Amino acid sequence: MLLRSLLFLPGNNPNMLANGDILGADGIIFDLEDAVAPDEKDAARILVRSCLKQMKLIGVTTIIRINSLDSYDYWKEDLDELIPCRPDIILIPKVNDPKEVIIASEYIAELELISGIEKGRIRIMPLIETALGVENAFAIASADQRNIALFLGAEDLTADMRCQRTTEGTEIFYARNRVVMAARAAGIEAIDTPFTDINDENGNYQDAVTAKMIGFSGKANITPRHVKTVNQVFSPTAEEIEYAHEVLFAIEKAKEQGKGAVSLYGKMIDKPIVLRAEQVLAMEEALIRKGSACYE
Amino acid sequence: MEIKKKAVAGTMESSDVFVDIAPSEEGLYIDIQSVVYNQFGEQIKKAVHETFRQFQVERAKVTLNDRGALDCTIRARVETAIKRAGREEE
Repeated sequence: MLLRSLLFLPGNNPNMLANGDILGADGIIFDLEDAVAPDEKDAARILVRSCLKQMKLIGVTTIIRINSLDSYDYWKEDLDELIPCRPDIILIPKVNDPKEVIIASEYIAELELISGIEKGRIRIMPLIETALGVENAFAIASADQRNIALFLGAEDLTADMRCQRTTEGTEIFYARNRVVMAARAAGIEAIDTPFTDINDENGNYQDAVTAKMIGFSGKANITPRHVKTVNQVFSPTAEEIEYAHEVLFAIEKAKEQGKGAVSLYGKMIDKPIVLRAEQVLAMEEALIRKGSACYE
Repeated sequence: MEIKKKAVAGTMESSDVFVDIAPSEEGLYIDIQSVVYNQFGEQIKKAVHETFRQFQVERAKVTLNDRGALDCTIRARVETAIKRAGREEE
């Protein structure tokens, strides 16, 4: 599943929902939480359900951001309405404790059974956006088989940390590293917080590059204008793809010749290099399946 | 479903539809105003009537002010209005 760019769309805005599939993002996050006023939650759930039933979102991962588990029964009502539509992922906000993931997962399992959906098909993405959530990141990441990625949310996190968000992101350096390490240790993906200045294209690019360098798999977006740049940053370059093919070819050739050690351009090809080459080629394959250019 | 009180759903923004529903003593009265009525009037009527049939609403006064909403939006807003109007007074 490609998760380079995940675009938030407000759940109660038909104008934006209708265009979700043409905005270029790998995943669309239908937001029932922050983007929807409390007295419009019912309308947003029905609208998203109706759109999901009618729209053909081919090649786009569908993600529903439900309300947090401390939001009365909003989160249950969100799941009741939307699980029958078979979304790919449920994004759970403000996860502080692994128990929250388990509670949500058990409720999703009940609804999968009622809706005739294969058990475990719908995945979970815990949103880490509190200091406690960051400190519990590994326990949260490894809490349930449904987990597909940890998602870092920096706006609420920095409010909780009582500091300002900055363009360079120094204040979330620790949280970013902690979330990536926890996710990778649990064998799942890591998604970076959106860059919130919609007019600063260069700032978005730099922020995405930083996130990729740290080890994130992709980045959330709050505007379609940032999607193309984020896709570019999180895609392998033509040179990386060519080199990955060469690495695997060299390994195959060495095997045929019974050689133990392999070198390419004077550099030893060891296990981590092969692993990275395989990751690049897996990404290339996923991009070809999606029908998009590898380096847009 | 019985329409017990007045309710509204949707907005007057582009691609949305504003639905106003109220109880009626007898029959279903539907008034549709749309910026695209000439092109899509029949489709809009079909979506509205099918949603009322789905929720077995037989008596209501309804006004729709459509701003170019898609079929899925029309159905969703009508459903929301019906469900809101069918709730007991809080």
